[in-house]
Amino acid sequence: MSHHIVEVQDLSYTYPDGAAAVRGISFRIHHGESVAVVGANGAGKSTLLLHLNGALTPQRGTVRIGDFPLTKATLRDIRRTVGMIFQDPDDQLFMPTVFEDVAFGPLNLGLPPEEVEQRVLASLARVGVEHLRDRPPYKLSGGEKRAVSIAAVLAMSPDILVMDEPSANLDPRARRTLIELLAGFHHTKIIATHDLDLVLDLCPRTIVIREGQIMADGPTRDIFTNDRLLEESHLEKPLRMQACPVCSGSMARKTEDAGSVHEH
Amino acid sequence: MHMADALLSPAVGGVMWATTAATIAFCARKTQRDLDDRKVPLMGVLGAFIFAAQMINFTIPATGSSGHLGGGMILAILLGPYAALLVIASVLTVQALFFADGGLLALGCNIFNLGVFPCFIAYPLIYKPVAGDGSSPKRLAFGATLAAIVSLQLGALGVVLETVASGISALPLGDFLAAMLPIHFAIGLVEGLVTTAVISFVWKARPEILAYSAVSRPLGNLSIAKVLVGLGLAAIVTGGALSWFASSFPDGLEWSMAKTSGQEELEAPHQGIHHLLAGIQEKTAFLPDYAFQSNEPQASAPEASAPSWPAVDAGTTTSGLVGGGLTLFLAVAVGFLLRRRTQFR
Amino acid sequence: MANIESAFVDLGILDALAARDSIVHRLDPRVKVLTAAVFVLCVVSFDKYVIAAMLPFALFLSLILGLAGIPARFVLKRLVLVAPFAVLLGLFNPFFDRQILLHLGPVAVSGGWLSFLSILLRFGLTVGAMLTLIAVTGFNGVCMAMEKMGMPKIFAVQLLLLYRYIFVLADEGQRMHRARALRSFDGRGTGITTYGHLIGGLLLRTLDRAQRIHLAMLCRGFDGTIRTSRPPRLVARDVLLFALSCLLLIAMRRYDCSLLLGQFLTGLVP
Repeated sequence: MSHHIVEVQDLSYTYPDGAAAVRGISFRIHHGESVAVVGANGAGKSTLLLHLNGALTPQRGTVRIGDFPLTKATLRDIRRTVGMIFQDPDDQLFMPTVFEDVAFGPLNLGLPPEEVEQRVLASLARVGVEHLRDRPPYKLSGGEKRAVSIAAVLAMSPDILVMDEPSANLDPRARRTLIELLAGFHHTKIIATHDLDLVLDLCPRTIVIREGQIMADGPTRDIFTNDRLLEESHLEKPLRMQACPVCSGSMARKTEDAGSVHEH
Repeated sequence: MHMADALLSPAVGGVMWATTAATIAFCARKTQRDLDDRKVPLMGVLGAFIFAAQMINFTIPATGSSGHLGGGMILAILLGPYAALLVIASVLTVQALFFADGGLLALGCNIFNLGVFPCFIAYPLIYKPVAGDGSSPKRLAFGATLAAIVSLQLGALGVVLETVASGISALPLGDFLAAMLPIHFAIGLVEGLVTTAVISFVWKARPEILAYSAVSRPLGNLSIAKVLVGLGLAAIVTGGALSWFASSFPDGLEWSMAKTSGQEELEAPHQGIHHLLAGIQEKTAFLPDYAFQSNEPQASAPEASAPSWPAVDAGTTTSGLVGGGLTLFLAVAVGFLLRRRTQFR
Repeated sequence: MANIESAFVDLGILDALAARDSIVHRLDPRVKVLTAAVFVLCVVSFDKYVIAAMLPFALFLSLILGLAGIPARFVLKRLVLVAPFAVLLGLFNPFFDRQILLHLGPVAVSGGWLSFLSILLRFGLTVGAMLTLIAVTGFNGVCMAMEKMGMPKIFAVQLLLLYRYIFVLADEGQRMHRARALRSFDGRGTGITTYGHLIGGLLLRTLDRAQRIHLAMLCRGFDGTIRTSRPPRLVARDVLLFALSCLLLIAMRRYDCSLLLGQFLTGLVP
């Protein structure tokens, strides 16, 4: 199953205005892995993700998806393999109805109409929104939009899912539904997010990025217990791993605060 | 100003529809051949942007009243003339269908007045030469303002000519022009200021956008020349068709012309024209027109109206009133009944 | 711009109405678009002084609205809202056309007033037809029909995209409008410079969005053409109903039904 490997080597990218967003990143993700990419705003997460399906071409270094390096010639195959779920579902749902939107990809693959329909219905059913098929996207709730945009990607039957802030702007229940949905997928998953609780639920491995470079890459549990690393990367321990200020009384928090004051 | 269905005759509306449809087909081919697939979403979203921008207004300097963006020139500058025409046409279509601006038949006129002039006259012949690449703020301001004024003046002229040629409105050509052109001069001036403000903001913030739109769509002189020739031909065909219609339905054009040329005919009965019209009514016999018969009963009433009924002037009028009133009542009743039925179901 | 905001509300209502189900909604969009075109052509081809003969067309609209279960109140409300424009269009006729064409008892009615009323009626009928069309077909249906009848594909596609993003961008526009209103006092801050920055900012964000949408399209195999599935076929019922409604419309245009009805009624009264 080596063909589902995602390999990034010494990747660098500088925007036309001179901002170096990614500076020499390397990692390797194997088939079936779920990996979180975390970091502060502007750390370079989105730029990194844009390289994974060829929206940006590397200025230095290489990106390999499976056996192919990412080049103009392999772009089409790589985009079939890597499904990209955008941060704002409104950018991704551009067709007039849910059905047509989910059918957009399969139709571009040149599939016969019957198979397109079958794939659309299967994808909608997979994310549990068959009933929305004839609705226009702008009438959907945030959670429904997210579900449909995932269905639209699933209809391309990709092997690798790349997601940018999948839980942004979702209410708690929609977020929980999303986590359960994603946990059920067998795909290789790469998730860029600030939602570290979601990471805890979905991703055994985490890559921390800061100013375009990898700060840490390892088991999620180890990274989230490294306070210094988290602070340097503008992150915070997931709420679940913090001593709860309500249940465990306000004393615990006070001592902690006092401690940090002493340290400074 | 948007042209409305209510002021349009089928002949004028039809000719303008045909001209516009041909222009759209031409622009669609041009845009598709451009092979820049980035433009597909860009065009759609910029069309939506025009609507969003119209939700924000500003205070017009020195008047205290408020205005908002029209957007034709901005689209032409950002997208180039061919794609911009398609976007303007889409915006007008949505306005016609949802906002009761214009109408189905008037869509042809409106796209022509508000799309063709900015895209194929003002942009290539005024904005481009004057503003150049947009790097000089003064030239940009001057070019955008002049282009906006000229395209709105031409648009207003289009509205006036189409209205007068249709002959539904009794407004004479001269008076109509005297009212429309100054208003649209002011609107054009404001539109120019707004266009300048927006484009220079974009130029400062992200010059590469304007550079991209200038480079990726080279406006060869040849293609513009072709467009102008095409438009000229369209104008000749339109003019020919209009004058043909005007000669067969003379009430609108000639009547207004006669009036604006100073002949004091306001109170005098238009004997010649009305006789002619009545004659045409008889010949074409589209329907017996009670209004004319009541005017000149001795001339045309007996043969034109339904012969089996007593065709008396007053009687026809009464019948018209009674029948019309009843029809109106029926319209309301039918709507009401059917609505109740659907509610009960 | 309270006006345009309410227009957007109506946009949503029209969309909801179009999503209903009725015998009219189920018709092929092409049939409805063509019928609307025939309707408008018939109405505008009436002579400028005609009033009563146009009224049966209102009956036709009312019939369609009733069959489709669309509340006529909605259409009437829109008509009243745009009526001032129609009045403005027709207002000049009574001034310029003073020839007496009609006597209603002691009152002499000039051609100008007749044509003024006629313009109002035309306006109501054509605008009413447009709203009815969209309320029973939906924007996507109209676009699909136009494309099937030869509208260039790229034009159809960007019409659909425009409609899709109107809702997203109108929201953004409204937020900016409010944000500015909250911080401008006594008319300060609503000038043209601020406006340029606001609109310019909105434009830049729109351009960014277009780029992201393009990216999303590319990610799903977009190559410059947008393909759509399920080509709807015309069925015999569609054709038959279209022929019927055309016949009816043309008959109403050809014969002054109001007059005939009135003559029949006045004939009954000795």
